[in-house]
Amino acid sequence: MILQAADLVVRYRGSAVAALDRVSCAVAAGELVAVGGPNGSGKTSLVRALTGLLAPAAGTVQVRGRPVAAWGHAELARVMAVVPQREEIAFPLRVHEAVMLGRYARLGPLGSPGTADLAAVASALARCDAAGLAERSTDTLSGGEWQRVRLARALAQEPAVLVLDEPTASLDVRHEMEILELIHQLVRQGLAGLVVTHQLNLAARFADRMVLLDHGRVAAEGRPVEVLRQDILSRVFGWPVAITWWQDGSPQVIPLRAGEVGP
Amino acid sequence: MIRPGHAVLALVVVASLTLGLASGTVPLTPVEVWHGLWHPDAASSVIIRQLRAPRVLLAFGVGGSLAICGAALQAMIRNPLAEPYLLGLSGGAGLGAVVAIATGASGPWAVPVAAFAGALAAVGLVYRLSLVAGRRLDPRVLLLAGVVVGSFAGALMSAIIVLSPSAGVRNAFLWLLGGFGASSWQTLAVFTAYAVIPLLVILLHARSLDLIALGEEPAHHLGADVERTRRLIYLCTALLTAASVATCGIIGFVGLVVPHAVRTVSRPIHRTLLPLAFLVGGAFLVLSDVVSRTVVRPLELPVGVITALVGVPLFAVLLRRTLA
Repeated sequence: MILQAADLVVRYRGSAVAALDRVSCAVAAGELVAVGGPNGSGKTSLVRALTGLLAPAAGTVQVRGRPVAAWGHAELARVMAVVPQREEIAFPLRVHEAVMLGRYARLGPLGSPGTADLAAVASALARCDAAGLAERSTDTLSGGEWQRVRLARALAQEPAVLVLDEPTASLDVRHEMEILELIHQLVRQGLAGLVVTHQLNLAARFADRMVLLDHGRVAAEGRPVEVLRQDILSRVFGWPVAITWWQDGSPQVIPLRAGEVGP
Repeated sequence: MIRPGHAVLALVVVASLTLGLASGTVPLTPVEVWHGLWHPDAASSVIIRQLRAPRVLLAFGVGGSLAICGAALQAMIRNPLAEPYLLGLSGGAGLGAVVAIATGASGPWAVPVAAFAGALAAVGLVYRLSLVAGRRLDPRVLLLAGVVVGSFAGALMSAIIVLSPSAGVRNAFLWLLGGFGASSWQTLAVFTAYAVIPLLVILLHARSLDLIALGEEPAHHLGADVERTRRLIYLCTALLTAASVATCGIIGFVGLVVPHAVRTVSRPIHRTLLPLAFLVGGAFLVLSDVVSRTVVRPLELPVGVITALVGVPLFAVLLRRTLA
């Protein structure tokens, strides 16, 4: 396992209930894991604990078998790339400069970017279909373009595991599908992927496994067919749903209208 | 790589230094300046070597340091309005220096230490005040806290200066307004001794500043040790501000004007931004000093007046743009 968490407990100061309560999950190379759950169920806390941004009150997070806290900052960034949910631009950069920031963990304080760094940036931009944006200023990008650039920056880190917190929030259908297809393709090439998402129906079709969180606990875990069940989802989200099946065999969630009865 | 921009910059730096050496109560031509620099027995030599050279070099070093402080603080707080004066560092340093002088712990080497303590106290206080809900740092609240702490330090300084029986403290009032009239090779040596290490440390953290300018979370994920860098940068900017205030008083707005000007012509990547800010800041303060001692000759205006006259309108423009 590249990334493995066991019995994580996270508590925020001033809060009586734990944000995460004995949560375990793991991601292997070539595997895409989707994390879902209602608002406030602990998804972002899980990402923050998994990526070393938050020290858990109990439990362990291991990256390649070593506790995440034992990794140096730059060392960890060479193995794990994270695209956080939100990121505001204070000082706009050119896109190629922004993607080069993904190489900083491999550059010393004095060294200049070498051919390997330039090649990694070019390749990351090309893979995210963002090569045409290279000279643009980051404050002129649309939401979809900015998301592709942030993904390119993560790829420029040449990581073994990629963690994305709601990478397609606020994107339209085409841009959302493009990002997910890209992530899926990267995972097929051997990357380990963990994606937090509200899009259960897309998770059902892209993810190998799903983890459903509810009030900081794992409500269900397994293949999408095992997690996306009518009884589980209706309970966790507190709203009646029905399940239908898409032609590729993946379950699709239909939230019911008031008074509606499922099949 | 030599580019036209570099040549223009070199020209500006050399021109500002030459103008700094040439201007004063006895105006000199560039040829006389050149001659006086290299020939100890030339008529202009004493003026240039004993009076103007330390003054011009000190102005250059202080201007460059304040500009680098501004650039580093702006990246850390992710706000183009940050700078030592507006964040209250200068006020804290001034208060520390005044307290040292009033209690008799003066001397050219002790005053910067007291100023450093004052600047650190100010930055700590500003930081505490601006932690909204205990954790999240709001840049606007931080600036507000900086202005408040700076004003409070200013009020205490005025009270100490007015109430103190010692004439040395009374003179501090003029010094506080900012000026290079009292520059000597000794003040230059003191400033350099305190400034070199923090300048180098900030320059070595240029890459971390690029990352921190993205925000705490992305910076962490890209491999920056955010907490350590933040502490180091606050320490270094406090030290640089203290060295500046202790040797030539409170000079505001250099840290605001210069990084902003550099960003409009260069990339906001700190490996280029910081050295450019140092050179442009140095030239800017040397030229401001030239204006301050020639515009109402034979009187001298405090140089802080000149930098504020340039800086405040720019601050207004930036404020409109940031809040828009």
